[in-house]
Amino acid sequence: MSWDTVIGLEIHVQLATKTKIFSGASTAYGAEPNTQACAIDLAMPGTLPVLNKQAVNYAIMFGLAIDAEIGQVSAFERKNYFYPDLPKGYQTTQLEKPIVGRGNVEIQLADGSTKNVRIHHAHLEEDAGKSLHEGNFNSSFSGIDLNRAGTPLIEIVSEPDMTSAEEAIAFAKKIHSIVTSIGICDGEMSQGSMRFDVNVSVKPSGSDTLGTRTETKNLNSFKFMEEAIKREVARQIDVIEDGGTIAQETRLYNGETKVARSMRSKEEANDYRYFPCPDLLPVVVSDEQIEELRRNMPELPDARQARFVEQYGLSEYDAGILSSDAAMANYFEAVSSACKNAKLATNWTMGELSARLNNEDLSIANSPVSAEQLAGLIVRIADNSISGKMAKEVFEAIWAGEGSADQIIEARGLKQVSDSGALEQMVVDVLAANQAMVDDYINTDEAKRKKKLGGFMGQIMKASKGQANPQQVNQILAQKLNELL
Amino acid sequence: MHNLTIAELVKGLQSKEFTSVELTQHFLDRIANLDPAYNAVITVTTEQALQAAAAADQRLADGNAPDLCGVPILHKDIFCTDGVRTSCGSKMLDNFIPPYNATVVENFEKAGAVVLGKTNMDEFAMGSSNETSFYGAVKNPWATDSVPGGSSGGSAAAVAARLAPGATATDTGGSIRQPAALCGISGIKPTYGRVSRWGMIAFASSLDQGGPMARTAEDCALLLNCMASYDDKDSTCIDREVPDYTANLNRSVKGLRIGVPKEYFSEGLHPGTEEAVRAALAKLQEQGAELVEISLPNSALSVPAYYVIAPAEASANLSRFDGARYGYRCENPKDLEDMYCRSRAEGFGEEVQRRILIGTYCLSAGYYDAYYGKSQQVRQLIQQDFVSAFENVDLIMGPTCPSPAFKFGAKGDDPVAMYLEDIYTIATNLAGLPGMSIPCGMVEGKPVGLQIIGNYFDEAGILNAAHQYQQASDWHTQAPEGIA
Repeated sequence: MSWDTVIGLEIHVQLATKTKIFSGASTAYGAEPNTQACAIDLAMPGTLPVLNKQAVNYAIMFGLAIDAEIGQVSAFERKNYFYPDLPKGYQTTQLEKPIVGRGNVEIQLADGSTKNVRIHHAHLEEDAGKSLHEGNFNSSFSGIDLNRAGTPLIEIVSEPDMTSAEEAIAFAKKIHSIVTSIGICDGEMSQGSMRFDVNVSVKPSGSDTLGTRTETKNLNSFKFMEEAIKREVARQIDVIEDGGTIAQETRLYNGETKVARSMRSKEEANDYRYFPCPDLLPVVVSDEQIEELRRNMPELPDARQARFVEQYGLSEYDAGILSSDAAMANYFEAVSSACKNAKLATNWTMGELSARLNNEDLSIANSPVSAEQLAGLIVRIADNSISGKMAKEVFEAIWAGEGSADQIIEARGLKQVSDSGALEQMVVDVLAANQAMVDDYINTDEAKRKKKLGGFMGQIMKASKGQANPQQVNQILAQKLNELL
Repeated sequence: MHNLTIAELVKGLQSKEFTSVELTQHFLDRIANLDPAYNAVITVTTEQALQAAAAADQRLADGNAPDLCGVPILHKDIFCTDGVRTSCGSKMLDNFIPPYNATVVENFEKAGAVVLGKTNMDEFAMGSSNETSFYGAVKNPWATDSVPGGSSGGSAAAVAARLAPGATATDTGGSIRQPAALCGISGIKPTYGRVSRWGMIAFASSLDQGGPMARTAEDCALLLNCMASYDDKDSTCIDREVPDYTANLNRSVKGLRIGVPKEYFSEGLHPGTEEAVRAALAKLQEQGAELVEISLPNSALSVPAYYVIAPAEASANLSRFDGARYGYRCENPKDLEDMYCRSRAEGFGEEVQRRILIGTYCLSAGYYDAYYGKSQQVRQLIQQDFVSAFENVDLIMGPTCPSPAFKFGAKGDDPVAMYLEDIYTIATNLAGLPGMSIPCGMVEGKPVGLQIIGNYFDEAGILNAAHQYQQASDWHTQAPEGIA
């Protein structure tokens, strides 16, 4: 029997506001626990929330980016439950009247085709704090860090329009690309700036009836999300094919151990007792405010991709990859405009740099090699000052913090020898010193002679300590050997 | 000195008849000597008060004194005071010392007022008799076997006993007006949004409103001048200029149209109370006002709607008291759930727990529409009643509460009987309207209150009518035995 997979996503996006959604405390990541939590975040008695206007603007910008209806009047509700990282005992969120209504996101699939994923809505809400179960706490205590409490979020809820892990990842990446391109989120997944809840169900191929779904919560990397979906789909099919039924439940997936477990069943689900928050007035958005934001919208990823093809002559594929991440796109444009060589800028940004960042698990924003430094390196490659092999060495040295390309080339004496007189002398000397190889070359069939060139090349590079310009050496060598035939 | 009004105290201080230190010491002495009989004050801030009084005297001497410079007042213990325990009448906050001031507290500080201490109240402002306070009930200075009303019973009793010339209070369903009536003083609940709620510990956020208590309408006007402000820390606070509430006090009531709702004179109203209120209305009529019988047809629905909406909001507002960050935490919790359950069971009193349970129930899945949703519809109807009424009248008047102060324990076993204490006051909170109570008679030696309800932001109109009535009556100058 074959099965169809149905996937819907809920994506929590931390908004890149300086202060929290209902207080003036900083949202900066990584501070000492509880140093960025004010009386409001701590839910001290008598404190009241005041809505951060920038968070509202960011939410509207997301709505505009996905061509959604903007709620002219949206409202906040209280979602009630007890947990130590939720100081008020309720989360202030939006239920009945979210700020962003129905919208659409187009995703590109591996085969080059596109697909539309519908957005059900996106709403504003506050993040909770964090419970710390390790570190200085003995087994009977947990710590609470409320720095994150009150960080503004939008929760983006998709329709169940995706039919595979690949589509879900493409959608998640597209949302990442949109929110980073318009600058409403820093996109730092490892810091929890984007978190995914995945709703998965399976049904017999072609059936119109949806299967029972499970929700796997709080996935914070594309890789974990892909694994979690694939494992959950396989698990559900196994259960059903073994005659079992899927229980509606909330699950957790541990990306390190690759084990998923049930967190709570439908029966254990909380009754959140939502009701309108009486401390906050409805959010009224004017047409002028929407138009103002629309006029100042940064370039969206799709538009940027088209411009990269047009302006830099990139392939659709390269332009798509570079524009999918705003930080990478900005980096690429900075490199390209500094070195005036879009092709090399593309190759190096997508190739060596991306690979190295991936290996070190670094984001491009934290790249040890600045756009200016990479451009400096590309300039020296393009003007033949260094060979490709040297370029890799120089790149490593820049990465290690040894300075600019020029400084490193100078310090390491890596300057490529391109003086044709000097190169000619080198070739002549090597040929003279290796008469046996020269004889062998002359006596070989013409068709096989080309293979013998490598041997001379090696000798010459050795003699030049690797600094001879290989293209020029090739030319001179071929010319000299031909003269001997 | 304790028989002078705030208006007189301000003059006396400014003309150097007495100093703020003398005045403050006088009231501190009265609290020390008399309050053991009333239990109106939870915390006395002697040292800070005398320091503030000395500073006020300096400003008075320098000639740059603000309006209330040197005038002693008391704050209801629901307003957060920086560095001074703010208990909200609860064991839960018995150890709570806020690191910030309520905006109301700030406003009085800026106006130069001297804070004598914090007044007793029903726990988390939930009660109409002050019997739910963790610190014990407040006794009515007019009859110490009777309740002072609630929840601002401490503030009302303190003003009636001349322990302070004025006090702050809050009103969610009548908590300023009912104790003002029962203690024979004046108190006004302003329009919702007129006084900042920042730092005022929430009971029911959409209904809570701070306001002043004093012996006269004029003093209430002086206090409200300082208390009312726009505050960007409270999103429900309304950005509207604060008028000088004393400016129109002397305007005549001639031609004033006073609506008298027939529903406020129905079954359950004590005949003595009715008689006193009717007499007060007749007095205003003599002064030139016109009485118009009106109907507020949905009045009967206000108590049931209120006892859904207020507990629903309270159930969420009080969730923060979980023993985790401040306030009471039970001994040796064995796990998280045990900490929550026992901290809340031991830290909250019975009435607070009752309302949390009612509110939680009303918001639960399957019950929300029938209770909370329906109550919000009723709230709109009640509001509409008032909007229609104010098309024809300038003010609405009637009794503040159905009967004079009852004896301790009289309604203790019957929460519904207690809730009916607020039958005439609750509707104004649901509608967000301003309302006031002023003394208008005595029954069995206990005071009766006349309630005056105004249109939105017409506090000045209410205060004007109240002041005019007080020019022609002397109920507000009477003092309980042994007080004057």
